[in-house]
Amino acid sequence: MAAESSDSEEEDLVSYGSALPALQEGERIKKPVPLQEQTVKDGKGRYQRFHGAFTGGFSAGYFNTVGTKEGWTPSSFISSRQKRADKTILGPEDFMDEEDLSEFGIAPKDITTTDDFASKAKDRIKEKARQIAGVVAAIPGTTAFDDLIGPSKITIGVELLRKMGWKEGQGIGPRIKRKPLRQKPDPQVKVYGCALPPGLSEGSEDEEDEYQPENVTFAPKDVMPVDLTPKEDVHGLGYKGLDPTQALFGISGREHLNLFTGGSEKTSDLLGDLRHSKGRKLGITGQAFGVGALEEEDDDIYATETLSKYDTVLKDEEPGDGLYGWTAPKQYKSKKRFETEVKYIGKILDGFSLASKSSTYPPPDLPRDYRPVHYFRPVIAAGNENYHLRKALEQSTGKLENDTTQQSRHTLNASQRRDRLGETVLKGPAPSVLEYLSEKDRERLKEVKQASEQQMKVKMLPQQSQNRFQPTSANDAPHKWQMFLGGQLANAGSSDFKPFARNPEKQKRYESFVQSLKQGQKDMLEHYLDPSMTEWERGREQEEFFRAAMFYKSSNSTLSSRFTRAKYEDDVDKVEVPRDQENDIDDKESAVKMKMFGKLTRDKFEWHPEKLLCKRFNVPDPYPDSSIVGLPKVKRDKYSVFNFLTLPEATTSVTQATNERIQQNNNLNKPKKPSRWDVSDKEKEKKDSISEFISLARSKVDIQQQPPVPMTEECGTETNETLPTNEDKDQEESRPSMDLFKAIFVSSSDEKSSSSEDESDEEHQPTVSVINSETNKQVDLPDSSSSNVQGST
Amino acid sequence: PLKANPVDGNYCLTCGSDKSLKLWNPHKGTLLRTYHGHGYEVLDAAGSFDNSQLCSCSADKTVALWDVATGQVVRKFRGHAGKVSCVQFNEEATVIVSGSIDSTVRCWDCRSRRPDPVQVLDEAKDGVSSVKVSDHEILSGSVDGRVRRYDLRAGQLYSDYVGSPITSVCFSKDGQCVLAASLDSTLRLLDKDTGELLGEYTGHRSTTYKLDCVLSEQDTHVGSASEDGKVYFWDLVEVSRGLTKTAEPGEGILRHPQAHPGRGCDPRPPTCSRWRMLSARRSKTTRVRSSLPEMMSRSSVARDSTALACGLWLLTRVWAAAEAA
Repeated sequence: MAAESSDSEEEDLVSYGSALPALQEGERIKKPVPLQEQTVKDGKGRYQRFHGAFTGGFSAGYFNTVGTKEGWTPSSFISSRQKRADKTILGPEDFMDEEDLSEFGIAPKDITTTDDFASKAKDRIKEKARQIAGVVAAIPGTTAFDDLIGPSKITIGVELLRKMGWKEGQGIGPRIKRKPLRQKPDPQVKVYGCALPPGLSEGSEDEEDEYQPENVTFAPKDVMPVDLTPKEDVHGLGYKGLDPTQALFGISGREHLNLFTGGSEKTSDLLGDLRHSKGRKLGITGQAFGVGALEEEDDDIYATETLSKYDTVLKDEEPGDGLYGWTAPKQYKSKKRFETEVKYIGKILDGFSLASKSSTYPPPDLPRDYRPVHYFRPVIAAGNENYHLRKALEQSTGKLENDTTQQSRHTLNASQRRDRLGETVLKGPAPSVLEYLSEKDRERLKEVKQASEQQMKVKMLPQQSQNRFQPTSANDAPHKWQMFLGGQLANAGSSDFKPFARNPEKQKRYESFVQSLKQGQKDMLEHYLDPSMTEWERGREQEEFFRAAMFYKSSNSTLSSRFTRAKYEDDVDKVEVPRDQENDIDDKESAVKMKMFGKLTRDKFEWHPEKLLCKRFNVPDPYPDSSIVGLPKVKRDKYSVFNFLTLPEATTSVTQATNERIQQNNNLNKPKKPSRWDVSDKEKEKKDSISEFISLARSKVDIQQQPPVPMTEECGTETNETLPTNEDKDQEESRPSMDLFKAIFVSSSDEKSSSSEDESDEEHQPTVSVINSETNKQVDLPDSSSSNVQGST
Repeated sequence: PLKANPVDGNYCLTCGSDKSLKLWNPHKGTLLRTYHGHGYEVLDAAGSFDNSQLCSCSADKTVALWDVATGQVVRKFRGHAGKVSCVQFNEEATVIVSGSIDSTVRCWDCRSRRPDPVQVLDEAKDGVSSVKVSDHEILSGSVDGRVRRYDLRAGQLYSDYVGSPITSVCFSKDGQCVLAASLDSTLRLLDKDTGELLGEYTGHRSTTYKLDCVLSEQDTHVGSASEDGKVYFWDLVEVSRGLTKTAEPGEGILRHPQAHPGRGCDPRPPTCSRWRMLSARRSKTTRVRSSLPEMMSRSSVARDSTALACGLWLLTRVWAAAEAA
């Protein structure tokens, strides 16, 4: 009824899960087991309490309690001295229940088959199948033995090998068709080392005549691994302790002991031995023991043993000997040498055969004048500037080609190749300025060059004969320099070399100058110069720029990467100078001459010794509060000699001071000074660097006392030139002195022209020329000039 | 170079271009020990007050501290930029003061393991040729023609200008004067406090080489080597009376005379006095010659005859013999 109604309802409902089993008629609905009735009993029907999954489970405690057999009574102290024997050491088993010791407990006591000895196939399904098969099989119960005779565990490698068809006792490798000819032991050669067991060798000889079918293949012989047990005793090689049975009965052991018996004699020996040993049962034989007096056998006592009879290297067994397993039947068929060779080489390709005789070719005949030295011909780029060089080289190598169309690709340079390939021009520094120029410009340059060369030639001739003071034209210098620089000027301005970095204006001028020089605008060369400068200065600066451009190009890319910037900047205007200077060498000199030693020759300075030094000398520190060491130092403006050449009001004492300072700088820059001791004996000149310097300084002072007069003269001649303003002074100060450039650049040939230039300017600017002659003088003296250079930079 | 032991004069120390130092017994002329370890010519050496240590300096730019007994280098001080030309211990052998051709005087600490010098005295403008140390002073003579005296106690630097490159300086034993030899063939005795010239000694030749000068133990005589191969002595006070030449030791140049310490100096001429002059010689033709050891080895042979002839001119005469051989 209700079911009926529910049936109708069912159609509308979606059912999830499985339906409860339909109730039998009259059956009562099962009540769920209450929690208190969900009990666990042990084997003896005792209830067990669950103590927690990690605190013992059901098997904790003593009789399901947390107590022990003794209850809570603590174990009383037992002296271990008296009752040492009674003392029991408790093991973990003492705290275990019997379930733990049972088969499925944590410490089973029953003897079971361990995994090592368990039958291999433990798969239940397979086992069942086997059991069924065993029942069904003809002889029922055979499979039951499997359980009893379980195979030991086999390594996976062996198992795999077995699956591949390998059997114990065989070697590993493909099966071999037949055995090569077993080498008959040479009667002349004795065989040492591992001789085959006598029985075996006998057997092999017996089998010699056996017929072997052609189509039978054999597994290769099993290879015994090399015994690598180290030799730890002091016995001889191959020594074995005497086996009493062998020693006493001397029959079978004979062969093993006698290693040195020839293989061919084996059989007879064996027979003979057997024969002899029948007679004497006791006794030790073998050459190692010598021949006893009672022994009949004394045939081999003088056998000589030489080292050549032994193997000196570890090597494989001879090929062909024992390729087969020792169980395999032997086959004796001669094998051609040819085949063995093929074996070494491997598979011969189709259509090829081995050469019957090896053919060697004689070395080529060398020409009589052949020298076994290879040198590389210089590869000359076909650039414009290298044209002559290339031509000369080509002529020298005997390869003169005029036709550029026939140039091989090796004679082309990179740009030419690029042109042919139609590639775009790479961005980056070009090898030469001239590369940048158009053809027209290049021609124009060439013309200019030629013209200037002509001009030079014309000029040079009269110049030598004519008045030396003849002024050279202003245009002359650029041409000259352009010639010098040629195409090498390229990178002078573009690089980060800033020879006039101290004077940004000048650097700017220099850069624009280089730029204009690159473009070949010789007329522009004058425009970059400072219009406020005098003509002479301009000319000077121009030359400077040229020199700088030439100087700096060489060290541009290749060298610059190898150097780092100087640690101490030259631009710093302040220099640390000792506060007190030993001054007035002049006065001292004269004082010494007059032998007026004392106050005149003595300088007294405050000097601070290092504290540790005072300590070591057992002297109290004279300046306990000061942190200065040595002479107290002050920062002072750095002077250059140039300042004093333009400052007429400079007094002698200041000059002296600067001279001293220059010296000081010198010292700073050059830790190792030229010393008298380095002077060779031959150099008997009385040139003292110091006295030289002194005299130099003196002459300078003399010059400086003159200037006011020439300066006014200068003002008279150059109307637009006023007295040097502050700005001018600054310029003068910041510009590197020309001494620097003189010292660096002036070559012997150049010296003349520049000096003539100077002299030509003399009428206009006597002051400067004096300075110049001064500088020239300095150039002549290597020591002082270098010191000036050092000081003024 | 050759040094007498500063304490008792029982040892003398030679060093030369064979890169070694040799310790001798000057009385018997026997070689006691050779010290190897320098890479170049050994230019100067000195002994400590207790004879336990030596210091030496070399053209290899190093200063070495030696243990006398073991012959091992205890320390090597590196830092000079050039040949180290002179070296001295201080009174307690706790500091080595070395002067170099690099124009610096460096004070090295023997006590600590510090590799760098305690102080660098870089006031000289040219190479330092000679250095002497007293209890509280460092005296340096430089090729720039100045004698500099660093007074540690007063914290002062006294710089006396002599003019000619200084080859050798030394203190007088009374601590009042400074003797300076220079390349103008003159020895000058300067007052330490004022810098005044007390005496001038000429007559010898010193124009090229670094020759040593010396004051006798009692400050009675001034001695100097000379390039003519002789040793010159002057009476300290009576300069006019004083010039007395020695017996000629040979053709070479005497470089390092040493007053023998611990012995009184007779007013008589030194040839018959109890001076013991130890002098090393430098050949004129070859500036650097390592012939010292060979010469010394001849000393035992030549000793008797020379010793008989003129008493105590032992080593000098020995070298004369070597020169003749």
